[in-house]
Amino acid sequence: MSSEKKKSRPRIAVFKFASCDGCQLSLLDAEDELLAVVGAVEIAYFPEATRTMLKGPYDIGLVEGSVITHGDAERIQEVRRKCKTLITIGACATAGGIQALRNWKDVDEFIRVVYASPQYISTLKLSTPIAEHVPVDFELRGCPINKYQLVELISATLAGRKPNIPTYSVCIECKRKANVCIAVARGIACLGPVTQAGCGALCPSYDRGCYGCYGPMETPNTASLTDQLRILGQSNDQIQRAFRGFNAWAWQFRQASEECQRK
Amino acid sequence: MTGTTRTIKVDTLARVEGEGSLYIKLVGERVTDVKLKIFEPPRMFEAFLRDRHFSEAADITARICGICPIAYQMSAVHAIERALGLRIDPAVRLLRRLFYCGEWIESHTLHVYMLHAPDFLGYEDVIEMARDHREVVEKALRLKKIGNRIVQLLGGREIHPISAAVGGFHRVPTKQQVRELVPDLEWALAASCEAVQWTSSLEFPIFEQDYEFVALRHPDEYPFNEGRLVSNHGLNIDAAEYEDHFQELHVKHSNALHSVMRGRGSYLVGPLARFNLNYDKLPAAAQETAAKAGLQPPVKNPFRSIIVRAVELVFACAEALRVIREYEPPAAPRVEAPNRAGSGQAITEAPRGILYHRYALDENGLILSAKIIPPTSQNQRRIEDDLREYASHLVAWPLDEATWKCEQAIRNYDPCISCATHFLKLQIDRDA
Repeated sequence: MSSEKKKSRPRIAVFKFASCDGCQLSLLDAEDELLAVVGAVEIAYFPEATRTMLKGPYDIGLVEGSVITHGDAERIQEVRRKCKTLITIGACATAGGIQALRNWKDVDEFIRVVYASPQYISTLKLSTPIAEHVPVDFELRGCPINKYQLVELISATLAGRKPNIPTYSVCIECKRKANVCIAVARGIACLGPVTQAGCGALCPSYDRGCYGCYGPMETPNTASLTDQLRILGQSNDQIQRAFRGFNAWAWQFRQASEECQRK
Repeated sequence: MTGTTRTIKVDTLARVEGEGSLYIKLVGERVTDVKLKIFEPPRMFEAFLRDRHFSEAADITARICGICPIAYQMSAVHAIERALGLRIDPAVRLLRRLFYCGEWIESHTLHVYMLHAPDFLGYEDVIEMARDHREVVEKALRLKKIGNRIVQLLGGREIHPISAAVGGFHRVPTKQQVRELVPDLEWALAASCEAVQWTSSLEFPIFEQDYEFVALRHPDEYPFNEGRLVSNHGLNIDAAEYEDHFQELHVKHSNALHSVMRGRGSYLVGPLARFNLNYDKLPAAAQETAAKAGLQPPVKNPFRSIIVRAVELVFACAEALRVIREYEPPAAPRVEAPNRAGSGQAITEAPRGILYHRYALDENGLILSAKIIPPTSQNQRRIEDDLREYASHLVAWPLDEATWKCEQAIRNYDPCISCATHFLKLQIDRDA
């Protein structure tokens, strides 16, 4: 590609914070779309895929991972300054991720119990989502994200339109697939009623309850679901663990996980 | 060249999974310092696995690595099944092999073509490579997609699949569903044989080391989930003895622990080790393709690991086809897994090498303690040893080329830094 052509294409950058790399891998997993996507944009910064690391500013910044170190808390400010549109991808960047389970622990005690020599490494007490540090233009949910939603989001952003990403619950996806409700018919504990769609109701389609990896839907009635889970015979501890998964620090799930112990 | 000091520095290593950097100091022709620094932040999985139910371990540990979640799921369920004293259905055992085939195909194709090959051909990345080698890259993408298709069928999705469970799967596919993979896999088998030819035509630096190779070995098959842990220097142990023979050391410059063999030092895990220790268990198609490419064990040049990965692609496709031919769905997707106290260990072969898990459970099935040792932390010391030797060959090279060569030497190991750092030591920042 000539340098003139390069200039005319929107520049995309991919940044990683504390994460498993799975969400940025989704881009490489979009095998059918990958060559078309990289034809339409300039990959300016994406260390997992290329040695080329071009300086900002960038048109779109995709951020994976949560903030758990002092250095990262500073770096996200710098990233925000360099990106015209900042999009978080996945549960870590959007809700703090599974590593946010530390947020309920006394980390000092935690370390004394588990780690023998804690020097050399600096870690914050909390694992926090990107939006707690800087303004975010769009949060793409999921642990991991849905690669088709990612392609849709990039296309929509480039076209300057609103992305078509539903905020209703997993239940709607089950109905669309004509799944028999596993909670109603078989008494299986399922977070589908309070979890945002996007996965295609995968777990219920595989005979297990939804474990909430897309995080809370737009207006989740977690109190009602908690009551229902009790009727299904779930203990307070079990209900708490259900809400404390990959989106534990999303405030609706956080609140639900704290309230279920009080009753 | 006496006494001239040069440093090779890479602040952000590219085309690896996770965040790391490299520092090498040369005085004259002598390498005086090598540091593979890992600054991937600590996520502390072993700590928050405590007090979770064993049925959650496969879903939680998958999140250590988005590239090889199946490896984490397989080591987790096997270790817990051992703790509970469960026996799984032979059909489930077969399906788990198929599941792993999918991950190996997906992960190896990603590394061979998208992360490693650009080094050999002098491209910054696969996108640049695709401009001159469009057909090769398109085939690679199709091959990768076929690996992902297997994972999708068995696990629901390619990253963090949802079907693996203690005792089996949440849902198993029908015979018809797995049969539908056959045409794709036949194409993939042929494409993998081409991959062996193609990778063997690359140029390799002359560089051999006397490694201690460590891999699983099973009496009848190329290893995935079962077998004894063996080495070319006489190691032969059960997973339960792993911690007696291996030790994790904390080094100042890295956020991940270095794993060493007690009294012996660094060792190598992954495709080279598996190939060298299990060549006789490879199917004929893989052995023949390897022989045609001039590959015979022991392969001691780590740069040639790219060909070995391609040979393992041939194996994974052939093995997937074998499993599909033999597959009859199990009577039940999984055996019941009642709560009970116990502890268990398991080692499985992740694409990058052996992955060790140990769990202790209480009588309610809650996890009392967990230990996880991923392949990259086991290879980390070995990577530094390679660099110490290899960098001294590069003294006369221009700095940018020497730097790129060192990066390539790191990528020989397909390091997954996200994995290696999940158990980091940490320090509290009191201002937080």
